[in-house]
Amino acid sequence: MMDSLQELYQEVILDHNRRPRNFRAIDGGCRQEGFNPLCGDRLVVYVVVEDGLVRDVAFEGSGCAISKASASLMTEALRGRSVDEARQLFAEFHEMVMSSSSAPARDLGKLSALAGVREFPMRVKCASLAWHALKAALESASPAPVSTE
Amino acid sequence: MSATQSPSAVRSDALELLRQEFPILAVRPHGRRLAYLDNAATTQKPREVLAAIASYYETSNANVHRGVHLLSERATAAFEGARVDVAAFFNAAHTHEIVFTRNATESINLVAQSWGGANLAADDEVLISAMEHHSNIVPWQMACARTGAQLKVVPFDDCGTLDLEAFRRLLGPRTKMVAMSHLSNALGTVNPVAEIIAAAHAVGAVVLVDGAQAAYHMAVDVRALDADFYVATGHKLYGPTGMGVLYGKTALLEAMPPFLGGGDMIATVTFEQSTWNVLPYKFEAGTPHIAGAVGLAAGLRFLRRVGFETIAAHESALLAYATDAVQAVPGVRLIGTSPVKASILSFVMDGVHPHDIGTVVDQAGVAIRTGHHCAQPVMARFGVPATARASLALYNTREDIDQLVAALHEVRKVFA
Repeated sequence: MMDSLQELYQEVILDHNRRPRNFRAIDGGCRQEGFNPLCGDRLVVYVVVEDGLVRDVAFEGSGCAISKASASLMTEALRGRSVDEARQLFAEFHEMVMSSSSAPARDLGKLSALAGVREFPMRVKCASLAWHALKAALESASPAPVSTE
Repeated sequence: MSATQSPSAVRSDALELLRQEFPILAVRPHGRRLAYLDNAATTQKPREVLAAIASYYETSNANVHRGVHLLSERATAAFEGARVDVAAFFNAAHTHEIVFTRNATESINLVAQSWGGANLAADDEVLISAMEHHSNIVPWQMACARTGAQLKVVPFDDCGTLDLEAFRRLLGPRTKMVAMSHLSNALGTVNPVAEIIAAAHAVGAVVLVDGAQAAYHMAVDVRALDADFYVATGHKLYGPTGMGVLYGKTALLEAMPPFLGGGDMIATVTFEQSTWNVLPYKFEAGTPHIAGAVGLAAGLRFLRRVGFETIAAHESALLAYATDAVQAVPGVRLIGTSPVKASILSFVMDGVHPHDIGTVVDQAGVAIRTGHHCAQPVMARFGVPATARASLALYNTREDIDQLVAALHEVRKVFA
């Protein structure tokens, strides 16, 4: 396999694609759909916020390996964090996948596995789809669908 | 054009010479040999098309139909000469039956708005097929919304073959327009358009054939088909982007109101009212894509030089080879297996999203399309969000297919 492909499809990503974590709906959770019309990826992110904390977060839907793994890793990273921390993490993740590939990637723990998409501009939207849905879910109790287009 | 035919393929040395006429085939994506298999999106351009465009700008550039100076005469002659070539290519009865647009989409919008606005009313029906590209769905939805007409959809079977019985059932005295693709961009199905046109004419309906995918694979004779409207796009005919074609029968075009207003499409203008120019200029407002027309004419010359007999023989033999080879990859399922198809191989792979297939094969130098191919209803019909699509043109070889198949094995390895 080519180096950049190995970088993109790391074992962590392939694992989360095969066995996505928190892959379920949450009744009564704040629900936000994310849709990428380019490839047809469609994810729904659910989040439960109590006392300014992300008590529960989950997702369902269909998408490519990158969008599914990114959503799965996101749910793991967010549970128990404050809403402010979640927003901060969104900004840091966004910066990581959008930054120039020559710049050293910021260490975001397991989320750093997605730094490889920097080499694949066409795939950045896949990695950020769930995060955009999350951001909207946090911002509004009854949000309109967001799109990465 | 059946994939089961086994016509003699183009001799490999002749093919190698043909490939050399396409400078872009020398590009090495990610350091690999380029296997360009995204021809249904756009074809690459032979050197003579590139040269014709450069030569036009170097020797003839001026605006058309305006100046009396030499360059304007040259530009006008080149532009109108291209129209003559396009009319001959599609065997139109008259040169003025060829309207230049930006692309096939604009050609369909022109008919849907102009013809549709003047001829559709509440209770009328527009009949399309379930395998249409969005460009042959949305303009009719818009026309129906404006006029109160109903949009009816002819289904296709599990192979992707149009259900002709359902078509005949849906066809009736209320049917005013039948808009159908000649060759499906998502499935590769070749529709029996001559039969469709005859049946539609029997109930007094007008027929628009979307030939965007067909016109670079097979000879199209609009008079033999008796098509009322036929649309095509230059960038799939080995010409440049931004250049579309609308063929329409004189009587229909004459009776239609203009599409866009502006310069060139008028005869007289006062602040009280304007009168329209003659065909085809009534439908061509503003400065046209002159170099585009010149490039398109060069693309058509190239196609004629190679010849559709050669092209069809080569492409159908290659499609048969590709169908067997891709199907032999474990976990691959073809989407669109009509017995009469051409040049397009849509597929999905167990457990791997088409987008991931696209990224992995790209790293191996293989350019394919992944996504819904602007045919979301087709994807819904097969219950898939997207497919991967390899599409052939006359310069593709078995080596391209072998490279694709090797890359698909690589995909399986990554996602094992």
